[in-house]
Amino acid sequence: MSSIKSTQLAAVISQFQEQLLEGWLAGLASRLRRDKNATADFHHQAAQFLPLLAKTLEQTTSTNIEDAGWSDVRQVLTEISQARVRQGYTPIETASFVFSLKEPIFEYLRKALVDFPQQATDEIATASTLFDNLGLYTIEVYQKTREQIIMRQQQELLELSTPVVQLWQNVLALPLIGTLDSARTQVVMESLLQKIVDTGALIAIIDITGVPTVDTLVAQHLLKTIAAARLMGADCIISGIRPQIAQTIVHLGVNLEDVITKATLADAFIVALQRTGLTVNTTRSER
Amino acid sequence: MERIPILRMGRLLLVTIQVDMHDRLAMALQEDLTTRIVKDRANGVLIDISALDIVDSFIGRMISDTAAMAKILDAKTVLVGMQPAVAITLVELGLTLEGVSTALNVELGIKMLEQPG
Amino acid sequence: MIQSQATTLRVNHMGNESFSARLNSGETTILPLKTDEDVVRLRKQVRDDLVALGFSLIEQTKMVTAASELARNTLRYGGGGEAHVCRRYESDRTGIELSFIDQGPGIENLELAMTDGYTSGGGLGLGLSGAKRLADEFQIDTEPGKGTTVKIAKWKFC
Repeated sequence: MSSIKSTQLAAVISQFQEQLLEGWLAGLASRLRRDKNATADFHHQAAQFLPLLAKTLEQTTSTNIEDAGWSDVRQVLTEISQARVRQGYTPIETASFVFSLKEPIFEYLRKALVDFPQQATDEIATASTLFDNLGLYTIEVYQKTREQIIMRQQQELLELSTPVVQLWQNVLALPLIGTLDSARTQVVMESLLQKIVDTGALIAIIDITGVPTVDTLVAQHLLKTIAAARLMGADCIISGIRPQIAQTIVHLGVNLEDVITKATLADAFIVALQRTGLTVNTTRSER
Repeated sequence: MERIPILRMGRLLLVTIQVDMHDRLAMALQEDLTTRIVKDRANGVLIDISALDIVDSFIGRMISDTAAMAKILDAKTVLVGMQPAVAITLVELGLTLEGVSTALNVELGIKMLEQPG
Repeated sequence: MIQSQATTLRVNHMGNESFSARLNSGETTILPLKTDEDVVRLRKQVRDDLVALGFSLIEQTKMVTAASELARNTLRYGGGGEAHVCRRYESDRTGIELSFIDQGPGIENLELAMTDGYTSGGGLGLGLSGAKRLADEFQIDTEPGKGTTVKIAKWKFC
């Protein structure tokens, strides 16, 4: 890695900050969508970044942006990139923040080194590499942030779509909706078992009316969950098995002998009440 | 070696396992329980494992053996408080704890032991 | 009373350098397995490492249980030995690798030992196959008269 003759790049930035800012913002405006709030944001971010860049160039001779000396710059770029993700910009628009600064800087570097063409070429090349790395960094942060958001959304979706409901004292119900995949089933089952402990429920009804298909893996998870619940001192009833699922289960050779199954949640509920020592009676009302 | 304390409540014996037991300690517990069943003429044993976050095959075996011994001595055994993660792991291991009744907590466990038959 | 000491070795492995120059590395703790108390200590060490690596409660429970099974095997059938507990950091995943090493009699019939229900000494005999189901990776090297080494690992993608 070559070291910068920090006198030129840093000096150029410090000396011509206002003009650079103007040129930079003009470049940004042409590349990104314009609205009043966005323009104000860019102005603020650019005004924050330039002096920081100058300071860093004065203090460090390294052009490796992973070094400790560049951590403040990385921090600012990270915050900006994360904001771009939230605001719905594309990765290229995000990287434009850094790339748009190249033109104005090269212009002033050339002017400052007009009598030293060789040095001008060298410095522009070094500065170009530096900005390329900074721009790529913003893209990397963008990608990572996007991934984290997607993962968090998936998690929330998972939690929302698998509620455990207490139907009665000692009776829980878990209505499953949608296709079950292995990962989702595991999460759901773990939370069911925990809910059993928390509420002291003796019976948990797992209703799969809303589940179109079940594969071997999911069936195995269901069976393991029921076995675990029994080990803990509770029991499970499966309700709402569609004809297609019944067929799949038999074809797959899954053994449901030990498990109580009922056609509907209502039937399962009656069984659950009976098992906990209760019955449902109709009271005659006098009119 | 310290031993795990066994409490008596009427004709029930209660054990709360709160430490990560090493094998010798587990065997000592089994010995103590069978001795006490006879000595106190107990007809029920409640083992509380709500504080155990690991139950491996050795401890599992100790518990089912203890229940079998208790049965021979005409006492019922109930295991209470198994944590979900432990239950899932035992299922994965293939341990079924045959012959051991289980309940979710001490209250339900005692109810189970007080029922006739 | 002699206290067994755990030795902590920081072993840095150089792996392939990825684009962002992160290195594969690991931290290994070596624990003796000569007494019942050693098995308890091993469980605690494995648990601590799994927590530090960010594994979920279920994953922790499975792995500590597997470790307990294998440690007991080393103690009871291997004549005692040691365990290596290694945290591994790779560019796209982190994990734990456990090795259980003894210089004991070795296992004669490995296939039989790996099936559920096999026992030669009064345990449930679920040690090996159970541990295999609980871990992500399982490897066993054994030869009659030359001892046994069992390795298990669990990974978490970051």
